Amino acid sequence: MSALSMSRLPATGGPVRFAGLAILAAGAALPLLPGVPEFWITLLNAVGLSALVAMGLVVLTGVGGLTSFGQAAFCGFGAYTTAVLSTVHGVSPWLTLVAALLLTGAAALLLGLLTVRLSGHYLPLGTMAWGISLFYLFGNLDALGRHDGISDIPPLSVAGHALYDGRSVYYVIWGIVALAALATVRLLDSRVGRTIRALRGGVLAAEASGVDTARAKLVAFVYAALLAAVSGWLFAHVQRAVNPTPFGLNAGIEYLFMAVVGGVSHIGGAVLGAGLVLLLKDQLQVVLPWLFGGSGNYESIVFGGLLVLLLQHARGGLWPLAARLLPAPAAPAVDPAAEPLPRRSLPERGRPLLEIDDLQKSFGGLAAVRNVGFSVAAGEIVGLIGPNGAGKSTTFNLITGVLRPSGGAVRLLGSGIGGLPARAVARRGVARSFQHVKLLPEMSVLDNVMLGAHLRGRAGVLRAVLRLDRAEEARLRREAAVQLERCGLGDSLHRPAGTLALGQSRIVEIARALCLDPLLLLLDEPAAGLRHAEKQALGALLRRLREEGTTILLVEHDMDFVMGLVDRLVVMEFGARIAEGVPADIRNDPAVLDAYLGGIE
Amino acid sequence: MSEPLFALRDLSVAYGKIEAVRRVSLEIGVGRIVTVVGANGAGKTTLLNAAMGILPAQGEIRFQGRPVGGLSIERRVAGGIALVAEKRELFTTLSVEDNLRLGAYTRPRGERVADALEEVYALFPRLKERRRQMSGTMSGGERQMLAMGRALMARPKLLMLDEPSLGLAPRIVKEILRLVSDLRRTGVGILLVEQNARAALRIADYGYVMETGAVTLQGPAETLARDPRVIESYLGFSDRAA
Amino acid sequence: MDPTIALFLAQDGVTNGAIYALLALSLVLVFTITRVIFIPQGEFVAYGALTLAAFERGVLPQTAWLALLLGAAAFLDDLIRLPDRRSPRRVLAALAGDVGFPAAVLAAAWWAAPRHLGPLAEVPLTLAMVASLGPFLYRLVFRPLAEAPVLVLLIAAVGVHLALVGLGLVFFGAEGFRTAPFSTAVIEAGPATITGQSLWVLGVTGGLILALWAFFGHTLTGKALRATAVNRLGARLVGIPTAAAGRIAFVLAAFIGALSGVLIAPVTTVFYDTGFLTGLKGFVAAIIGGLVSFPLAAAAAVLVGLVEAFASFWASSFKEVVVFTIIIPVLLWRSLRSGPAEDEE
Repeated sequence: MSALSMSRLPATGGPVRFAGLAILAAGAALPLLPGVPEFWITLLNAVGLSALVAMGLVVLTGVGGLTSFGQAAFCGFGAYTTAVLSTVHGVSPWLTLVAALLLTGAAALLLGLLTVRLSGHYLPLGTMAWGISLFYLFGNLDALGRHDGISDIPPLSVAGHALYDGRSVYYVIWGIVALAALATVRLLDSRVGRTIRALRGGVLAAEASGVDTARAKLVAFVYAALLAAVSGWLFAHVQRAVNPTPFGLNAGIEYLFMAVVGGVSHIGGAVLGAGLVLLLKDQLQVVLPWLFGGSGNYESIVFGGLLVLLLQHARGGLWPLAARLLPAPAAPAVDPAAEPLPRRSLPERGRPLLEIDDLQKSFGGLAAVRNVGFSVAAGEIVGLIGPNGAGKSTTFNLITGVLRPSGGAVRLLGSGIGGLPARAVARRGVARSFQHVKLLPEMSVLDNVMLGAHLRGRAGVLRAVLRLDRAEEARLRREAAVQLERCGLGDSLHRPAGTLALGQSRIVEIARALCLDPLLLLLDEPAAGLRHAEKQALGALLRRLREEGTTILLVEHDMDFVMGLVDRLVVMEFGARIAEGVPADIRNDPAVLDAYLGGIE
Repeated sequence: MSEPLFALRDLSVAYGKIEAVRRVSLEIGVGRIVTVVGANGAGKTTLLNAAMGILPAQGEIRFQGRPVGGLSIERRVAGGIALVAEKRELFTTLSVEDNLRLGAYTRPRGERVADALEEVYALFPRLKERRRQMSGTMSGGERQMLAMGRALMARPKLLMLDEPSLGLAPRIVKEILRLVSDLRRTGVGILLVEQNARAALRIADYGYVMETGAVTLQGPAETLARDPRVIESYLGFSDRAA
Repeated sequence: MDPTIALFLAQDGVTNGAIYALLALSLVLVFTITRVIFIPQGEFVAYGALTLAAFERGVLPQTAWLALLLGAAAFLDDLIRLPDRRSPRRVLAALAGDVGFPAAVLAAAWWAAPRHLGPLAEVPLTLAMVASLGPFLYRLVFRPLAEAPVLVLLIAAVGVHLALVGLGLVFFGAEGFRTAPFSTAVIEAGPATITGQSLWVLGVTGGLILALWAFFGHTLTGKALRATAVNRLGARLVGIPTAAAGRIAFVLAAFIGALSGVLIAPVTTVFYDTGFLTGLKGFVAAIIGGLVSFPLAAAAAVLVGLVEAFASFWASSFKEVVVFTIIIPVLLWRSLRSGPAEDEE
């Protein structure tokens, strides 16, 4: 456990906390200072309202890799809900907040369900259509006051004091922004947050760890919509009137622009972007009409051009430049005293664990796998070998639920798993690594591996936001650290995964797979790209896993490695099994020799 | 000694920090078949992609005495270099004949494409039978023939073939490799990357063995074919593995 | 609703649907070749209509200046970015195409504008101006982002949309315009009244679709574009320059957009920001076609036009809501058919 205790890093340093407190104090004192113009307060209030929406886009777009142009429509949901309830029905604004959140959440859930299973670009297009529909709906419903909207909305009141002026509502707005930032940081640093972050690394790897990626997308989408709803609710009570214009598609585009300007992957970027865009817009609305004559939204010319230039030259936005001045945040420490996670009971050694019968897969008439059958007993290491294109990877994908078999059966401990989705197969205890490594390069090695323990935790969004998930997170983190240490990567826990060499990345995938506490481990070319000593260490690790009762099926091309390691070999060629047996027999099998060295006489 | 048709000198390719190909040098003369053999993941495909300009590389690439490393793929194709990629990269929703005609895209307009088409049909009569068929509906062997035919339509002086035997039945592999062997007579230089070492070495003049990104062995094909280290590097059928 | 009204609405729907079909075709074309979801397609429609309207008023359309400005920027950008194209011959050729052509169009427009030469001169000038915006935008905005994910390209497209709408306001003002119809003929056919203008729209649309079919089915360049759409790497391996393919796709898109604008200008009042909604209706159709199928997208476009026409009769203020809600069942249907998809990026 030496590396575990070594990996403890000092907690967040003093200077950071001091700087944070100083900014906080300055912000809090601002409206109280004499001589601060009203315009500043109004602008800052608007920045706070927009920052809330942009923060949602950080989760959705920056972290989750999805995007929406319809966030303004969600603001409209929040705003109109409270406008109607508080003016027509006289409900207290604090109660309408709940209604606004429920209604917006339900709408986002519905829209999200329609699009999250589709490839990425349908969501933004869907939200565009949605943004336009709602804009016209707001503008044409009599109950919502049509294009004139609803006025005379009561102000917020705190302890009996109505907050009429900008200076008093300033504290409410920025208090909510601070709470939202805190909630967002906590959400992203949690079990659910990892699933959202994992979306960018490809759906396959996440699903193989048992993550429901459609659900992760949905969580990000609904969370972003809820932040927008809060912003809209606040807006209604600050402006004390609503009409459709601020909730149209152009506003939705502007929110995305703010997030991109600030830095779409950073919470700080949302605030920075909102501030810069609104300040710029304010200035442009003075300068441009003077330049062009007449009046209108001329600032969109500058915004459009800037957006393109940013994407071409600084896709990360401006926050990373600002963040260079700040010290790097401390990596979370591994708590070696955290309680170990419970483990699955392993089947008795020698009992058939995986049975494959007459497995078939064809792609548009071309048979990739034909009548393949073999079995793997508990506690065995079996190698699956064969020339390139023999169907080994396809067989792996059929076992792990990435592909649906065209025929035949796959059974795990006697129950059929063929045709189940990948995450259901993972839930039953089948873990895998990939031939083309699928890690998130910017995420730390430890966080990448923690994703593998996803199914061994329970905490959801609410527990994450309330920080009731810390004990569980510590257990998951400890498990990940233990598995990494076991694989010989105990000294690389906090490195970004993208800085590892290819061979080490493969080992990280094995550690991630081990975090699932698997019955069966499927490894796709684990030794490719490893140096000789690393191969020996990998061999030793796999033997140790076998001793501990884990069953392993591996595809491998390095025959030196395979021959000395496995109990049995299955050989495939042209999608069919051509031989099966112990290594000594396989290496003298004429059919195998032929397959490898070519039977062309 | 005159300069070879095509030469790589100290070519290296890196994916981020990972070097997939390390300082590989090789040469191909006019009308020669040179093969690069090696296990999966040895860097063979990366080497070809870098030679074609699909991947950026360090080192020198010379073709007909001139450096071509800075040219775009299109300029390399127009200059006479062709690659038949591992995945064939056909235009699946276009007919066989359209695929072939597009193969001659870089030829000067007005040149008779029909002649080149007839030559390719003569080499691969099966393609002529299927010329109206959509290429996505063809079998694996036919796709490989089409990919080769399409490359030949540009009348290349250097033809690079990436695993032409991949996923094909032995009978088809034999046919394809016989065709490759015949192409040598037209004067084209061929760089053949194969996992199927014995077959590749049988038709090649010279061979290189790649392991983990570097050339570990090279020599005349018949010498290599008999070299026990080649067999060993493939199957680990040596005693030390036991 | 009596049959006369129904027939009138159907005619209106099919006419608009034809325009949406043209837009949907360009969107599919641009997406399959460059992966750009080209949100500003509708702006070309507005620019086309308003540029022609400016000619009718005898005013020099400022679109000509924009084309020249973008052309000069594209020329300088190439000069800086592509050092291997600095041979005198290539620089001259680029100068002629990027600066010479828009300058010539500007000069011609300057001369023609006050003379009221009529559509035979004004329509070609309009098309030349607006169509040249497409390739310049491609080179300045999208080619430098060629390797970027679809999402980034989409956001960049939205940036272009913002800029073009703002510029449209500067060029054409906030006022809407309608141009003189090409034909004022009215044909009585039983209970139906067919206007000459809708025949024009249908005729030109049909002609254009035929021309596109011939181009993609029977010319080497057309097939090269299709090849690029099917397999980008394969296209590069036969020597098709993908940047050139992208440029052609954008020329076609801008040309089709401008032509659509010229066709609808006599039927609808076009404002500087009208194009966006029109373009998005083309999008609804393109999405129904999965962003890849031309025939599906074209058929869906006619459906969108019909739904819009009938919705404007029954619930005119909710017309847009109804049209954009069509997308929901389509997304649902696509969603139910697909498994968890691995995105290309």
